[in-house]
Amino acid sequence: MTHLLEVENLEVKFALRFGDLTAIDDISFYLDKKEKLGIVGESGAGKSVTGFAIINLLSKPGYIAGGRIRFEGREINRLSAEALRQIRGNRISMIFQDPMMTLNPVLTIGTQMVETVQAHRRIGKAEARELALEKLRKVYIPSPEKRLDQYPHEMSGGMRQRIVIAIALLTDPALIIADEPTTALDVTIQAGIMELLTELCETEAMGLILITHDLAVVSQVTERIAVMYAGRIIETGYTTDIVTHPRHPYTIGLINSLPGTRQAGSRLEQIPGMMPNLTAIPEGCAFHPRCFLAADQCRRHRPELTAVSGGRHWAACHRLDQTLGHNHLHR
Amino acid sequence: MPNSTTPLLSIRHLVKHFDISGSLLDQLTLEKGRLRRRRTTVKAVNDVSFEIRRGETLSVVGESGCGKSTLARTVIGLYPPNRGEVVYEDRRIDHLSARQMLPFRRKMQMIFQDPYASLNPRMTVARTLEEPVVFHNPGISAAAAAEKVADVMRQVGVDPKWADRYPHEFSGGQRQRISIARALMVDPEFIVADEPVSALDVSIQAQILNLLMDAQEQRGLTYLFITHDLSVVRHISTRVAVMYLGTLCELAPAASIFSHPRHPYTQALLSAIPRLGEQRSQHIRLKGEVPTPIHLPTGCVFHGRCRYADARCREEVPVATALGPDALVACHRVAEGKL
Repeated sequence: MTHLLEVENLEVKFALRFGDLTAIDDISFYLDKKEKLGIVGESGAGKSVTGFAIINLLSKPGYIAGGRIRFEGREINRLSAEALRQIRGNRISMIFQDPMMTLNPVLTIGTQMVETVQAHRRIGKAEARELALEKLRKVYIPSPEKRLDQYPHEMSGGMRQRIVIAIALLTDPALIIADEPTTALDVTIQAGIMELLTELCETEAMGLILITHDLAVVSQVTERIAVMYAGRIIETGYTTDIVTHPRHPYTIGLINSLPGTRQAGSRLEQIPGMMPNLTAIPEGCAFHPRCFLAADQCRRHRPELTAVSGGRHWAACHRLDQTLGHNHLHR
Repeated sequence: MPNSTTPLLSIRHLVKHFDISGSLLDQLTLEKGRLRRRRTTVKAVNDVSFEIRRGETLSVVGESGCGKSTLARTVIGLYPPNRGEVVYEDRRIDHLSARQMLPFRRKMQMIFQDPYASLNPRMTVARTLEEPVVFHNPGISAAAAAEKVADVMRQVGVDPKWADRYPHEFSGGQRQRISIARALMVDPEFIVADEPVSALDVSIQAQILNLLMDAQEQRGLTYLFITHDLSVVRHISTRVAVMYLGTLCELAPAASIFSHPRHPYTQALLSAIPRLGEQRSQHIRLKGEVPTPIHLPTGCVFHGRCRYADARCREEVPVATALGPDALVACHRVAEGKL
């Protein structure tokens, strides 16, 4: 069976004066139609770079140094610019954190939507406007006719993000990559946007890659998760498995450091230190200097992803035999 | 342990409005052929009263634009209130001159959200930390000040040997430790922390929250904690105040507000918190959007979005009334016993 999206051994580097920096180091994952995958990690883990790499939007000096990206059965990382345009913004749409940065402040919503449709389809203006209205209704924008003639600044943050989603839907994409889509929004608005994205995956038969630092959001929305650390996927599998029985010490630390997993007022478990800089990724397991289980082999050999339960949960850690039962959530 | 029910600070009927009407020409509008002058004011905080008790962490929560940061800044004296009083122990402080305020500035300190913006990039850590000590103790010797700096740096987990470095040489988490150190330098009693962990990654956030809780325990600090992150609030707060559109909706002990929110807005807000490992929660959907604080709704500011609103809510402003020994709720329907 072919998946909607297959990423195999992807490697992304940044060409700098003093040599190449590896930002993404040999990551693989897949996504099916109607499926929602969460890519989780802290700043600098490489999650956004992964999103950009999929649609080949890496800006210089970043480049894809290896691996394959297959989308709808076609290898898309070696396409010409013209062929890529058929896919990027068309079959694959991307949503970013700040809707004010995505929307053009000096054009009306209608102009921006018509422009987007016409960039990908030979279609008249009136017809494009009709399509825009239809998509605005899909994202539950009240009085969409009125909104088409308004400017982004006339709307609230949540409304703008809905408009951005409507624009992403204009070309009936098969895949949406959402990079921190609700980080700038309030919780009540966030809940609404997440609900909308979930619903759209179902009704429009789309796949969704949700890139975020927020484990709680990911755990409510996605079926599967990939946890990234220092450019690698260190744990992946079904969301319920990972949230209830995390096996990588980093994932365990991340979950335990969330306020809300422990009794109010008690000390939070903290992961010492911080994410390494790309210029100084530790030898062996990149997490070993911060790990409570680090042993000799962790300092020398890099662990690969290994199956921890029945082929649906993988973690990259030498000490997997020691990592059960450390999370507080289900103790 | 000092008596935990004596208020350290009281806020009484605090009102803070901002005039954004601009110059005289900006204020003039033509209406039906006649020139009129109109002023535009943002009504950020409207008649808010509560007390902060010695040794507690009182968190103020609410969504963007609810006035929580304005409230914090008015309390600490960065903004003068339009009406109302801020009382520290038994002294009214909101109308004091800069000189009269001096002893209170030493007792009250503030920590800001963005450690990139709140530290002077051209000052070394040592200078940043020394400045408040030297300012408040003019006679202090250089050696004593340096010793104090090293002391506090150790307490916040930053190695004193880095004292001669500049802020850009530190990570976000380290910088926030330094901002906390700066607040602790003058041995304050009361700290206002405005979103102190919002800009940090989860694992770093835990480090900073632990640091704040430790400092509170060791020094008997009282915190006014402003944040939109409700899981942080649940973890660190003694009591929680919920604000909506410049108004206090509800104030109650943390445990009871999370288990039994009373105000309809609190209920909606808490139901929207994403929780780890829970499948999509059935959050209460609010109709519409937050109205602008320039034109406040009549009656209860929440009535337009409240599913329980009736005629009374549209006309009469609800007053925060005591509900049980320790809770305040500003809602007609709760007061009527119907919710």
